[in-house]
Amino acid sequence: MANVVTRPVIEIQKLVKVYKLGEVEVRALDGVDLRIDEGDFVAIMGPSGSGKSTLMNIIGCLDRPTSGSYVLDGSDVSALSRDQRAIIRNAKIGFVFQSFNLLARTSSLENVELPLLYADITLTRSQRKEAAREALHRVGLAGREGNHPSQLSGGQQQRVAIARALVTSPAILLADEPTGNLDSRTSIEIMGIFQDLNDEGKTIVLITHEPDIARHAKRVVHVKDGLIQNDERIEQDRVERQGIAAPR
Amino acid sequence: MRNSLTRLGNITIVGLKSIQRNKMRSLLTALGVVIGVACVIVSVAIGAGVAQSVSEMINSLGSNYIMIMPGAATQGGARIFTGQSNLTEEDAEAIRREAPAVAYVSPQNRTAAQVVAAELNWSTQIFGVGVDWPFIRSWNVEEGGFFTDQDVRSGAKVAVLGKTVADNLFPAGDAVGSTLRIKNVPFKVVGVLEKKGGNMMGSDQDDVIVAPFTTVQKRLQGQGSRIGMIMVSAASAEQVSEAQDQIDALLRQRHRIPPGGDADFMMRSQEEIAQANQQQVGLMRNLLLGIAIVSLFVGGIGIMNIMLVSVTERTREIGIRMAIGARGRHVLLQFLFEAIVLSVFGGLIGILLGVGVATGFARIAKWPIVVSPMAIIVAFAVAATIGIFFGFYPARKAARLDPIDALRYE
Repeated sequence: MANVVTRPVIEIQKLVKVYKLGEVEVRALDGVDLRIDEGDFVAIMGPSGSGKSTLMNIIGCLDRPTSGSYVLDGSDVSALSRDQRAIIRNAKIGFVFQSFNLLARTSSLENVELPLLYADITLTRSQRKEAAREALHRVGLAGREGNHPSQLSGGQQQRVAIARALVTSPAILLADEPTGNLDSRTSIEIMGIFQDLNDEGKTIVLITHEPDIARHAKRVVHVKDGLIQNDERIEQDRVERQGIAAPR
Repeated sequence: MRNSLTRLGNITIVGLKSIQRNKMRSLLTALGVVIGVACVIVSVAIGAGVAQSVSEMINSLGSNYIMIMPGAATQGGARIFTGQSNLTEEDAEAIRREAPAVAYVSPQNRTAAQVVAAELNWSTQIFGVGVDWPFIRSWNVEEGGFFTDQDVRSGAKVAVLGKTVADNLFPAGDAVGSTLRIKNVPFKVVGVLEKKGGNMMGSDQDDVIVAPFTTVQKRLQGQGSRIGMIMVSAASAEQVSEAQDQIDALLRQRHRIPPGGDADFMMRSQEEIAQANQQQVGLMRNLLLGIAIVSLFVGGIGIMNIMLVSVTERTREIGIRMAIGARGRHVLLQFLFEAIVLSVFGGLIGILLGVGVATGFARIAKWPIVVSPMAIIVAFAVAATIGIFFGFYPARKAARLDPIDALRYE
C-alpha cells in the first residue's frame, strides 16, 4: 500500500459554525483544525449532535462556516457564494449519501451522467455516456446501465451513487453514512469498493457512527461538542476481494 | 459561451425527461391550457364568423338601402313599439311621388303559413311587397318573371317563389305556371327567385314566397291598408341622407307630427343598421373572448398549481441536483422549461382541438365560422407566455431551496 502523503486536499483551520435558533446561539463547531492529505481515507465519527454533520456539510461545500478557513484542493472555499459553491461541489466533491439519493424512474446511466450535465467543462452526449459507463464499470455494475433504481438492490443502488460521485473525477469522495441503509454483508462490500478506490489514489472522507465501518479507513477522527477530540491512524481492516467487486 | 449553451441544452433535456417521467400529471397540467386555447380559437372563430356574415348580409342590402319601420324611435330614451303599425300604403306612395332622392319604394308585409301544392306541403314565410322590391334587395328572378304593377293594384293572386320553396313544392322544376294554396287561397306561380343562401342567423333566405302586398293584406292578413314596413332605395349612395331628410319631413307632415315632436316611425339606413349590428356583434365577440381568456388564465393557474406541488414533491430531487452541482439558475431553468413545454404542448393540442371544434360546429350546426390564423398565433403566444409567467414563481421557489434542507426532506 503506497502511502506517500504529500499534498493536503483539505486544510481546515479554526473552523467555527454558529446556528441561531431564535435567541439561542448554538456553536455546532467550535474551532476545528483538520488536514486531510491526498490519498488518505478518513473516517469522521461522533455521536449525533457532535457537530459531525455540520462538519460534513462544510467539507461538502453545502454550507459556509461562520469563521475560520477552509482550503479545498488548493483554493479557499470558506467564503464562496451559493453558485460558486455549487461549481466547487460539481468539480471537486463526489457525494455518497446514506439513502443513495438516486433519481427515481431514471436509468443508472442517466443517474451517473447527471453531474456532467451541470459541469463547467461540457462534454458531448456520447462522451458523457462513455464517462458514465466507465464509472459504472469501475463499481462493478457493467451491464446494469439501463436499470432503474427500483430494479436494483440496495447495494447496487449505492454503487450507482458511488459511480455518480466518481464520474467528475472529484478531489474527494465524501460519503455520509454510506452503509446506514445496508445489511452488514453489503456494507462490507461497499467498504471494499471504497478501499479499492482509495488504493487507486482517491481521497475519501467517510462520516459514520459505526466503529465496524470506521475500521475500514486508515485514519479515524472523533468529533465531540464541536471539537476534534481524537485523531489517530489505525490498522486498516481490509476487505478480502479479488480486484473490483463483481456484481452480485 | 459555448459551454453554457451546451449546458442550457442539457437542462432542457432534463426538463423534457421529467415531463416524460410523469406523463399523466403532465397531461392533466396541460389540459387547462388545452381547453383555454381551444376556447379562444372557437370563440374568436364564432365571433368572426358572425361578424362576417352579418356584414355580408347588411352589405347585400346595398349602400342605398333605407328601412322605415312603424313605432316611436325613442320616447324619453326608451324605444317603444306600440304594436299597431301606423305606416300605410299611401305613405309608401307619397314617398315614391314626393321624395326626389328616392329611387325605389316598396312596402313589405310579412306573414307565415303552411303552403300546399298538389300533395306536397311546406311551411314558410310570405312577403307582401311592391314591384320595386327586387331592385331594392338586388334579388333577380331566375325563372319566369316578377309580378307587375297591375297585379299589385288589382291584388292578383300571383306569387314568386324562393329557390328552397320551389325545390320542395315542385321537385320536378315545373313551378312557373303551377298553382299553390296559401291558407286555402290559390296563387299562381309566376316566377322563381335566384338562390341567395343562408343569412347571418343561419336561416335560409330562399325559404320564402313573395306576393303583391295588396294580396297579402287582403287575403292572408286582413289588416286593412296598414303595412309592416317600407323599404326604400336612395337614388345613389351619396343621396342616402338627403333621402332620409325628405322622407322624415314627408312622413312627419303626413302623420301630423310637429317639428321637434317624437316621430311615430323609425328610419334606418344600411350604414346605421350595419353600425348597430357591428356594435352587437362586437359585444358578443368581446364577451366570448373574455370567457375564453378567463379559461386560459385558469389553465395557467392550473400549471402554477401543479408546478408548485411538483416542486414540493421533488424537493429531494432538487436537493440531489444541487448537491452534485446544479446552480440556482439551472434548477430555475429546468422548472421554467417544464412549465413552458407543458403550456406550449397544451397550446398546440388546444389549437388542434379548437380548429376541430370550430370546423365541426361549422359543419354540423351550419354556423358561420371563420378560423383566423391570427387567433391561433395569439392564443399560442399567450399560452407560452402563461407558461413563463405561471411557471416562474414555482421555478424560483425551487431554485431558492437550501440543498441541505432539500436533501433532508422526506
